Amino acid sequence: MLTLDNLILRQNDFTLRANISLAHGSSTAIIGPSGAGKSTLLSAIAGFLAPSAGRISWQGQDITTCAPGKRPLSILFQDQNLFPHLTIAQNLGLGLSPRLRLSDKDRDTIAQALADTGLTAYAQRKPPQLSGGQQSRAALARTLLRNKPILLLDEAFAALGPALKSEMLDLTGKLTTDAKLTTVMVTHDPDDAAAFCPNTIAVTDGVAHPPCPTQSLLASPPPALRAYLGA
Amino acid sequence: MADRIRSLIPAALAAALLAALVLGTLTAVTIRAGGLGGLSARDLSAIWFTLWQAALSALLSCACAVPLARALSRRRFPGRKLLIALLGAPFILPVIAAVMGLIAIFGRSGSVNDLLQWLGLPTLSIYGAHGVILAHVFFNLPLATRMVLHGWQAIPSERMRLAASLNFPAASIRRHLEYPMLRSTLPGAFLAIFLVCLTSFAVALTLGGGPRATTVELAIYQAFRFDFDLARAAALALVQVAICIAALLVSRVISVAPNFGAGLDRPSILGLAPRTIWPDALCISAASLFLLTPIAVVMMRGVSGLAGLPTTIWQATTTSLWLALASTALTLAIALPLALAAPRHRWAEAAGMLPLTASALVTGTGLFLIARPYVNPTQLALPVTLISNAALCVPFALRILIPQVRGLQMDYDRLAASLDLHGITRLRYVTVPRLARPIGFSAGLAAAFSMGDLGVITLFSDGQTQTLPLALYQLMGAYRLDQAASAATLLITLSFGLFMAFDRMGHYADPR
Repeated sequence: MLTLDNLILRQNDFTLRANISLAHGSSTAIIGPSGAGKSTLLSAIAGFLAPSAGRISWQGQDITTCAPGKRPLSILFQDQNLFPHLTIAQNLGLGLSPRLRLSDKDRDTIAQALADTGLTAYAQRKPPQLSGGQQSRAALARTLLRNKPILLLDEAFAALGPALKSEMLDLTGKLTTDAKLTTVMVTHDPDDAAAFCPNTIAVTDGVAHPPCPTQSLLASPPPALRAYLGA
Repeated sequence: MADRIRSLIPAALAAALLAALVLGTLTAVTIRAGGLGGLSARDLSAIWFTLWQAALSALLSCACAVPLARALSRRRFPGRKLLIALLGAPFILPVIAAVMGLIAIFGRSGSVNDLLQWLGLPTLSIYGAHGVILAHVFFNLPLATRMVLHGWQAIPSERMRLAASLNFPAASIRRHLEYPMLRSTLPGAFLAIFLVCLTSFAVALTLGGGPRATTVELAIYQAFRFDFDLARAAALALVQVAICIAALLVSRVISVAPNFGAGLDRPSILGLAPRTIWPDALCISAASLFLLTPIAVVMMRGVSGLAGLPTTIWQATTTSLWLALASTALTLAIALPLALAAPRHRWAEAAGMLPLTASALVTGTGLFLIARPYVNPTQLALPVTLISNAALCVPFALRILIPQVRGLQMDYDRLAASLDLHGITRLRYVTVPRLARPIGFSAGLAAAFSMGDLGVITLFSDGQTQTLPLALYQLMGAYRLDQAASAATLLITLSFGLFMAFDRMGHYADPR
């Protein structure tokens, strides 16, 4: 279980409160107006922003002060998920060993992950030579190699076209279900939330509300969310 | 938290090293000087000369740069790009070799005086205040031109298009577009050149001297070498530090950012340039002639004698090459950790800029005073030159590296942190590959500077330890001008060679 225990996040004069528990293996969306603090919340879980009060814990273990790379999670950003000067195989290798010291077994694992995401032919290419969709798949393949129980998606596929985005979400859904990952996804698109996440956290008015079933939240949104979602 | 502190250790060490060097020498100088009472009238006139020659050099460089930059910005001709690239060359051109070229053109038997004689006009001498200023303009006109040209190119072409569509006459373009740009660019250019000329040593050593053309740097050298009056040298060094700090403070206050709003990077329009080409053509030809012939003349005279250079010159060359390479390594070892820490920790950048307050001769004097009780300072000629050259290059390396580091951290810090990449691995797989070009460029500048520098070594050398610039200076002093031309050719070639080698290495190592 991922727990945000009376968490208070401050950035300048902006404050966000969260008191939330997410079950192991669940998929949860975070939606809310621009500037409400969706990405701020994710940054805190990932360890890029130190909370001014409260605790973050995973399976009962306090991870509030862990460095980002030591937390039991992987994160995908909207862009810059790959180092453009390293090959795809090296980028994936970083998921297994941050020192890039790879054993033969590691290389087999990388080859398998490349095959799973349809990138076998691109192992020795560099990211700029790949399409946006292929880059996203490579980044996703690396999160699987990292083998961490939590996956955070910060509008990860927002830069892709609609068809490619839903293809990526399907692939992510399949892979995370197989690996039993706990997934948290920031999105702008209520349809993504509906398609991918049974539960949704609404972030409005400085509060990250506990998750509600996505369908009912979208069907009858609270007033602050209604303005954002439109009619 | 412990990781974060550990990652700052290299930067802290580099900062401590620079602080110890700059503040340590300053302390040594202050103690030895025992006040400014020992300064004579001659020293006061050196202070006055330092200030007014720097101001006049900066003024003339800026005044000539404006028409030249305007001509370069609004005309297109074959070789334009090469010419603009060559404007960056004086930074890596060894001062002593360039002075040799200027003497060949403007000296007693130079072509300018030949022409004057033929016309029946009185000849002029390059030695004295006007020679110092001429050389400073030679070195800094290109710098000013690049800064002003950059200003012209930064006027969004949308503004120019608007001006064209409103049928602005030339006077209105000047008033609404060019003057505001110049108002924001020229103070910066003036101050940059003023600062460089304040600490001018090699030019003053070769072309100046005497009561009316001695800079403070040269006065330190003379107090040292001729009078061996260490207290006076130290007092002068204090004055030099005060002048540098005052100038740096002023430049912080005055620097103004141009404000033209954003453009959309549309290609520039040239249609606004006046039809008559000859003023621009004249301007560009005159500047090219002034900047290129001195070097061309030296190299043409020197190239045939290269093989006949005595072995002492080749020994000095080997020494200089080692010195340049070691000093470059030290510059990078100090500058890189500071640059990596600078975006988050202001002290790192401040420490890196400390050497700007101390000139070569000030550092040299301080180190001499510190070393003298323990060892014979002449034995330390090379290590001291190495350290002082490396320290003087750090501010320039930082100015190149910090903006790139900022970009790198903005783009990839979160990713690297989320993958737990740190320490040597991060340096090897992320930092160094991504920064290969700026690292190569700063290494090139540091190597060329150290190869061609004639500064601290003049204080410490006993005549036995020689660098190539020092050997060249002595050949010039002995009027062995053919050998001097060959040594200058060698020096210019090696300085440019080192710069290009490091710069190319940076490009080659860049995996993009």
